[in-house]
Amino acid sequence: MSEKTKIIDIRHVTRVEGHGNIKVNLRDGKIEECCWEIVEAPRFFEAMVVGRKWYELHHITSRICGICSIAHQFASLKATEAALGVEISAQTEKLRKILLDAENLQSHSLHIGYLALPDLLGVGSVIPLASSHKNELMTVIRIHRTANEICEIIGGRTTHPMRCVVGGFCALPTEDKLRVIKEKLLRAMDDLRVLAELFKQLLPQFPNFTRETEYIGLTNKSEYALYDGDIGSTDTGVTDVENYLQVTNEYVVPQSTAKYTKNARQSYMVGALARFNLNCAQLLPQANETADLLELKAICTNPYLNSIAQLVECVQSVENSLNLIDDLLKAGMKEEMVYEESAPVKLRASRGIGAVEAPRGILFHDYQYDSSGKCVKANLIIPTNQNHANIQEDMEALVPQIMNRSQKEIELSLEMLVRAYDPCISCSTHYLRVKFTSPE
Amino acid sequence: MSSKPKVAFFDFAGCEGDQLQIINLEEKLLDVLSQVEIVSFREAMKEHSDKYDIAFVEGSITRKSDEERLKKIRSQAKVLVALGSCATIGGINSLKNAWPSLEEVKKRVYGDKAHYFETYPSRGIDRVVKVDHYIHGCPIHREEFLRVFKALIMGVKPYLPDYPVCVECKRKGNICVFEKGQFCLGPVTRAGCDSRCVSAGSHCWGCRGLIDDPNVNAEKEVLAKYGLTVDDILSRFRIYDDYRYEEIKE
Repeated sequence: MSEKTKIIDIRHVTRVEGHGNIKVNLRDGKIEECCWEIVEAPRFFEAMVVGRKWYELHHITSRICGICSIAHQFASLKATEAALGVEISAQTEKLRKILLDAENLQSHSLHIGYLALPDLLGVGSVIPLASSHKNELMTVIRIHRTANEICEIIGGRTTHPMRCVVGGFCALPTEDKLRVIKEKLLRAMDDLRVLAELFKQLLPQFPNFTRETEYIGLTNKSEYALYDGDIGSTDTGVTDVENYLQVTNEYVVPQSTAKYTKNARQSYMVGALARFNLNCAQLLPQANETADLLELKAICTNPYLNSIAQLVECVQSVENSLNLIDDLLKAGMKEEMVYEESAPVKLRASRGIGAVEAPRGILFHDYQYDSSGKCVKANLIIPTNQNHANIQEDMEALVPQIMNRSQKEIELSLEMLVRAYDPCISCSTHYLRVKFTSPE
Repeated sequence: MSSKPKVAFFDFAGCEGDQLQIINLEEKLLDVLSQVEIVSFREAMKEHSDKYDIAFVEGSITRKSDEERLKKIRSQAKVLVALGSCATIGGINSLKNAWPSLEEVKKRVYGDKAHYFETYPSRGIDRVVKVDHYIHGCPIHREEFLRVFKALIMGVKPYLPDYPVCVECKRKGNICVFEKGQFCLGPVTRAGCDSRCVSAGSHCWGCRGLIDDPNVNAEKEVLAKYGLTVDDILSRFRIYDDYRYEEIKE
């Protein structure tokens, strides 16, 4: 094997959710192959929901993803509610927003602390951190636990919560429980400040790589959008959610069981960095201070800094939830419970589209129902799918810049790139693999 | 260090929500880590070794090509534990089995590119290899994982209830879901979850699968009393247990 030949074959990239491979083949200073493959077994959710009733869909589609089950439930509930003419109360909307913030905090803290931090500290996993960086790890664990406890108190369970139903909640937290959440969030805010200081010191560890691309996410005039909004793009401006297909343009590629998407360019990016680039002017004060501390400015075109944008969003989600809890306590909790089949639906042949920001980016559920309330057609567009093409484009731009480094360094840079996107491959149902292969 | 049991985690088709429950043990995870040596856990770590004593397997088997990987795991593990509904009973993935043909399922999702992809009826892992222990649920209950985990490292057989969710639900003092005019799979679903969905204000969705010997006559009485049919219950059961539904039907 010539010194100039480097074959990278990273199968089943670790510390990501789901199965994907990275393949790179360099010969005499030329790239022969550079490919991001998704090998997750396809699960066919769009077919699985066909024939199921309107009150079952959010329960089923929640199972697309263990990490972002709440976002899936809300995209699903919003689609069904749009189709069947169900309005939700202001209280329900606030509780849903707190749950979505808690999931964002849970998912981001898992990624920042358990999956990305080991790379920055030069270890293979979170396990050695238990002895080498105990205090930092305990800080991450406390934040993560708080997020999960909030999901449990409001949703009934941390993952796949069972209290969210079409039209509202089948059980509600008491005002006392909301006060408990508030105390926990205040402590989490202190812990996030410590974590932000740690990441400020680690900023030099982030690779210095930039590539201009399009950023897409929900955008909303009244707030930093997670639960609701129109589709915003840094290239093409604002589009109504009803016209999401004009933005996503899905296509199938043979190397991937995940579908790819594109809008104005060959690829676009979704997730925390995209949301920050689109909506950072609407960050709440403490989140804004965190962005300043971590030197994150829009438009940031370094994908590795998605983890930094996630940290800024952790502060945003805690701050936002604290405001929402104060609102709820001021208004007083109303005993408005909805049992699934008792929701005031207008059964009719209809179509509804629901869009929310999952931790990894904009998520669409689009359902068609028949007049008996059975689903006849479903289209689901998952955040990680929308990032696949952008990861591929980033790899193609990055590899020529780093190809003279050692094989080990190239591998680490590529793995860190993929991890920065925090891909959720089983979620994408339809995606991860780095491959350095050695020719004889 | 070398005397600690070596533990590995693997996943097939699923949402990885069960492994997430292990990460969600938070501080207790550090206690777990102090008792064993984790040699493979792709969702959380880069290191990997093929030498392990206990293998936890999440996810259902949904294509022929996955069988070989599962059989290899079985041949290397002294103890194999199925983790979560997808692995224990086939789980939500088997909803696709209800379609008349899987070719139609592929076409519905991938259109004219359907031929790129491979699939077959989704099933629990015990339809491919021998499973020693089951941790049911969608997702698994963290406390139940700890209970099984402790039993395994002490070399004791973990206890798996074979009575319906109703038993736990009554013990909790919940109002019967049927009395509230709602539907519930508690009477025929395996307990062990501490009736968590009913206790949280919902109803039982049957994620732990049927008990070994369901009291069919009593269930029929409950159904008749509330004006429901066997088809109602089977339709609900197919959400998690379609593979066995098809076996029972035959």
